[in-house]
Amino acid sequence: MSVIAPTEGVPYAVEHFHAATAPPPPLEDIHSEPRLVRAVVIALAILFMGLFILLPLANVFVQAFSKGWAAYGAALVDPDALAAVRLTLLIAAISVATNTVMGLVMAWAITKFEFTGKSLLITLVDLPFSVSPVIAGLVFVLLFGAQGWFGPWLIDHGWKIIFAWPGIALATIFVTFPFVARELIPLMQEQGTQEEEAAVTLGASGWRTFLKVTLPNVKWALLYGVLLCNARAMGEFGAVSVVSGHVRGETNTMPLHIEILYNEYQFQASFAVASLLALLAVVTLLAKTLLEARLGRKGGH
Amino acid sequence: MTPAPAAPVLAGAPAARPPAAPPAPGAPRRHPQRRSALPGFGLTLGLTVLWLSLIVLLPLGGLFLKTAELTPERILAILTAPRTLHALQISFGLSLAAAATNLVFGAVIVWALVRYEFPGRRVLDALVDIPFALPTAVAGIALTDLYSTNGWVGRWLEPLGITVAFTPLGIFIALVFIGLPFVVRTVQPVMEDLDRDLEEAAATLGAGRLTTIRRVILPAVVPAFLTGFALAFARAVGEYGSVIFIAGNLPNVSEIAPLLIVIRLEEFRYADATTIACAMLLASFALLFVINALQRWSQHHTGRLG
Repeated sequence: MSVIAPTEGVPYAVEHFHAATAPPPPLEDIHSEPRLVRAVVIALAILFMGLFILLPLANVFVQAFSKGWAAYGAALVDPDALAAVRLTLLIAAISVATNTVMGLVMAWAITKFEFTGKSLLITLVDLPFSVSPVIAGLVFVLLFGAQGWFGPWLIDHGWKIIFAWPGIALATIFVTFPFVARELIPLMQEQGTQEEEAAVTLGASGWRTFLKVTLPNVKWALLYGVLLCNARAMGEFGAVSVVSGHVRGETNTMPLHIEILYNEYQFQASFAVASLLALLAVVTLLAKTLLEARLGRKGGH
Repeated sequence: MTPAPAAPVLAGAPAARPPAAPPAPGAPRRHPQRRSALPGFGLTLGLTVLWLSLIVLLPLGGLFLKTAELTPERILAILTAPRTLHALQISFGLSLAAAATNLVFGAVIVWALVRYEFPGRRVLDALVDIPFALPTAVAGIALTDLYSTNGWVGRWLEPLGITVAFTPLGIFIALVFIGLPFVVRTVQPVMEDLDRDLEEAAATLGAGRLTTIRRVILPAVVPAFLTGFALAFARAVGEYGSVIFIAGNLPNVSEIAPLLIVIRLEEFRYADATTIACAMLLASFALLFVINALQRWSQHHTGRLG
C-alpha cells in the first residue's frame, strides 16, 4: 500500500543526485534510519500491537471455545442469549435505519446550500461523540424515567420508555447519531452541487435528482457510515446499560447479557456470546478496509 | 509542490468554502450569487434542526436545567465530596497518562506503518482499528481475563509483584487500549502526506537524520499529534464499558467518574448524578473546542507549508 508513495519519490531523487557533482550517497542513508533503528521501531510496533490489541482479541475466541464446541453452542442457544441477540438486532435495525435516513437529510441540508451557522451545525452533529455513553443514557432517564419530566405522564398513558426497548433504541440512536452524516458531509461538500443543478435544470424533480444523481455518487461513503453505525449500535454498552433495567430475556442486549454472565462467573458462556460481537468487529474491519480501497481514502482523495 | 495536499477529511468542511466577497453588514442569509437552484432547503434544514434538537440538544439541555435547579452550595458540595473528587481525579489522571502513552507508542506505530516495509504490515494497519470496532464490554472482559492472576499476561506479572486486574493500573491498560486508534489514525494521514523532497533537501544540505526528523518532520506533525492526544484523552475520560470489568471499582481507589454517575443514579441520587455529569460534559466540550481550534490551526499550518 505505502509502496506507491515512497517509490514515486525515488526516480526524482536519483535524477537529483546525478545532477550533483558529489558521488550520490547510498539512498537508504538519507531516506531512512540505520538498519538497527528500523528493526527496533518495527519490533516495538509489533510488540505493542500484539500485547494490547491482538492478545485481547485472540483471548475472546480461545476462552469461548475453552470447554469445546458443545458448550459454545449451548451458550448461544440459551433462551436468554437468543433473546439478547433478537433485541440487539432490533435495536440495530431501528437506529441504523433512522440514522441513515436522517444522515442523508442532514448531509443534503448542510452540503447543498449556503447558510449562516453551517459550521456550528456540523459541530453539533458531531457532538454525541464527545459525550460519555453513561451521560447519553442519563439524559433519557431524566426525560422519560419514573422521576423524569415526562415520566409521570407516560406512566399514566401506559407507555414505558425507560427500562424497555424504546429507551434502549433512543440511547443507541444518540450514541450513533454522527456516524452516517460525518462520512457523507465531507464527500458531498467536495462534490458540490453542479451535477444536481444540471439534473434539476433538465427538469428532474428534487427527489428524482437525489435518487439518480446524489445517491449513486455517495453510495460507498454511505455504506461505510452504515457499517460503522451498525457496529457501534450492536456493541453499545454504557448508554444502554443505564436505560435498560437489565431484565433477563427482555431488556438485555448482547453486551448486557455478556456482563451478566461474566458477573455470574459463567466465563465461558460470556466469552461465547462475546465471540459473536468480536466476529462482527472483525467482519466490519474487513469490509471497512475493502471500502477504503474503493473510496481511495488512504491515497489522499 | 502541488498546491493542495488534501486536508484531513475530519476538518474538510470550513476550509472548502470559497472566499466570498466581503459581506455587507447584516448580509442576507443566502448570498445571491451562491443561491442554490436545488429544492428541499427548507424541508431538509427544518428536519435537521428538529431531529438534532429532539435527540441531542434537548436531552443535553435537560441535563443542564436539572442541575441548574440546585443551589450553588449544593453543587459545590457534590463536586467537592471526597468520593466525587477521587473519581474525577482517577478518570482525568489516568486518561492523561493513557493518552500520553498512546502518543509515544502511536508515534512508533505510525512511523513503522508509513515509513517501513515489513511482513504483516497491512495486517498491523488493519488491527489498529480493533478498539474502535470491538464492543467495549467485549474488550473489558477480554482485558480482565488477560491480566487476572491466571491470565495469559497476568501470570507473568504476578511473580514480579505487579497486579493489574482490579487496580488503577488495570484502568490505565483499558484506557490505553481504547485510545490507541485515535492517535494513530489522526497522525497517519498527515505523515503519509509529508513531502519527502523536503527531507532530501535537508539531507543534501548536510543535516543528519536526527536533525531532519527534529527540524523538518516534527514541526509538520505536531498539530496532528496534539489532536490525536486530545481525542484519545476525551474518549478515555468518558469511557465506561471496557473499564468497569478490570477496574475493581473500589470507591476512592479505582472508581471512575462515569461509574459514580451510574451508582448515584441507581441510588436515586439524581442531583449527584446530574452534577457530576454536567462537570464532565463541560470538560469534554472544552476539549472539543480545543480539538477544533487545533484542527483549524494545523490546517492553516499545513496549508502554509505548501
